[in-house]
Amino acid sequence: MRPDSLGFCRQLFVRHLRCGVRRVEEVFNSLVFFLMVVTLFPLGIGPDSNTLRELSPGIFWVVALLSALSVSGRLFSADFEDGSLEQLAVSGHPLGLCAMAEVLAHWVLSGLTLVVAAPVFALMLNMVPAAIPTLMLSLVLGTLCLSLLGGIGAALTVGVRRGALLLSLVMIPLTVPVLIFGTSAVGEAAIGYDPSRWIALMGAFAAMGLLLAPLAIGAGLRISLEQ
Amino acid sequence: MTGVETPLLSLREVAVTRGYRALLAGINLDIKPGELWQLTGPNGSGKTSLLRAIAGLIRVGVSGTIDRPETLLFQGHAPGIKGLLTPLENLQSHPGGLIEVESDRVREALAAVGLLRCLDTPVMRLSAGQQRRVGLARLWLSRSSLWLLDEPFTAIDRQGTTLLEDKLRSHCERGGAVVFTSHQDGKFGANLNQLELADYAAR
Repeated sequence: MRPDSLGFCRQLFVRHLRCGVRRVEEVFNSLVFFLMVVTLFPLGIGPDSNTLRELSPGIFWVVALLSALSVSGRLFSADFEDGSLEQLAVSGHPLGLCAMAEVLAHWVLSGLTLVVAAPVFALMLNMVPAAIPTLMLSLVLGTLCLSLLGGIGAALTVGVRRGALLLSLVMIPLTVPVLIFGTSAVGEAAIGYDPSRWIALMGAFAAMGLLLAPLAIGAGLRISLEQ
Repeated sequence: MTGVETPLLSLREVAVTRGYRALLAGINLDIKPGELWQLTGPNGSGKTSLLRAIAGLIRVGVSGTIDRPETLLFQGHAPGIKGLLTPLENLQSHPGGLIEVESDRVREALAAVGLLRCLDTPVMRLSAGQQRRVGLARLWLSRSSLWLLDEPFTAIDRQGTTLLEDKLRSHCERGGAVVFTSHQDGKFGANLNQLELADYAAR
C-alpha cells in the first residue's frame, strides 16, 4: 500500500467505467437476458396470476443470480489478455485493491442497472407493488455481493481455458446465502412483514465481502498470473 | 568506480523451472545504473520467463534470490492498452502506474512516438505498430529507473526502432538500467551487455 494507492484505484475505476460505457451493449445484454426470462416465466407457469405472484421473489433472485454468474466469469479476461493484469501486478500497488476498482465498476454497470430496471420486471412477474422498494434495496446489496463473489471466482479461473463450468462450481455454493436472504426479504415484504432483518444480514454479507474479497481476489490473480 | 556502485538489480543463483521443465539455472548477474542488457537465446530458451521472474510476476518455480528495486517498468507482449480508449485516456490511467499523467506530458510523449495525429482515436482503430507505440510511449513518462522490456522492437518500423534505441540509450545515460529481450542486434555498439541464455540452460 503506497500513499497514492487510493488515487490510483480511483483512476482505474474511471478507466473501467469508461470502457464499460463504450461497450454498452454488454450492459444491455444482461438486461435483455433478464427480460426474456421474465417474459417466459408467466407463459410457462400459466394464467393463474396468484401462483406467479407467490413465485415472483424466487424467480427474480434466481434469474439475478444466474445472470450475475454468466457475466462475472469474464470479469478479468479482457484485462488478462491485454496485459493490464500483469501491469497491475508490477505497479507496486496492492493487486487486490486495484482489482476492486474493476469489480466495483462492473457492479455499477451490471448491478445498479438491474436495480433501476427491477420495478418493471417485478410488475411483469405480478409482484406485490408494496414489495418493490424492498426488492430494489435488497438488489443493491445483493448484486454487490454477487459481484464480489464473482470477482473471487473470476480471479481464480481467469487463466483457465473453459473456466465457466469451474466458475459455476466455485460460485454457486457461495451465492446461496444471497439467494436465501434476498428471497426471504422480498417474500416477507410481499405479505406485509418487516424485512429489515434479512436486509441487515445481506448488508453484513456485503460488508464482509468488501473487506475480504480484495484479499481473495489479489491472491487469486497472483496465482492466475503464474504462467 | 563501477565497483562501488550498488547494483539496481542483482540475481544470485537464480534458477527457473516452468511446469516440469527446468529452463535456466545458475544465473548470477549484477545490473548497475547506466547498463543496458539484452537477453538473447533461441525461442523457448526462457527469455520471457526470466524477465517475468525478475519483475516478480512468477514466483513458483523460481529459486535463488532476486534483489529488485521497489518500482520498475515492465512491458510484456501485451502492454495493457485498452482498444476502446484513446491513447491519451489509456496512458493517463495506465494500470502499470509509475508514470507522469499530466495531460501535457502525455501529449508530449505521444508526439515523441509519432502519434500526435491519433490522440482522439480509439486505439483499436490504429495499426498494430501504432498500438505498440502507445504502449512504448510509457517509456517517455516513466519514473522508474529499471526497465524490463520483452521484445520491444516487435512490429515497430525502422524509424521507430531508431527512436526506441535512442530512448533506451538516453535512459541509461541518465542513470537508469534496461533489460530487454530481442532477436535483433541493435545499434548499441559497445554499450550493450548480452546475456546468452543458452549458456545457462538447465540440464
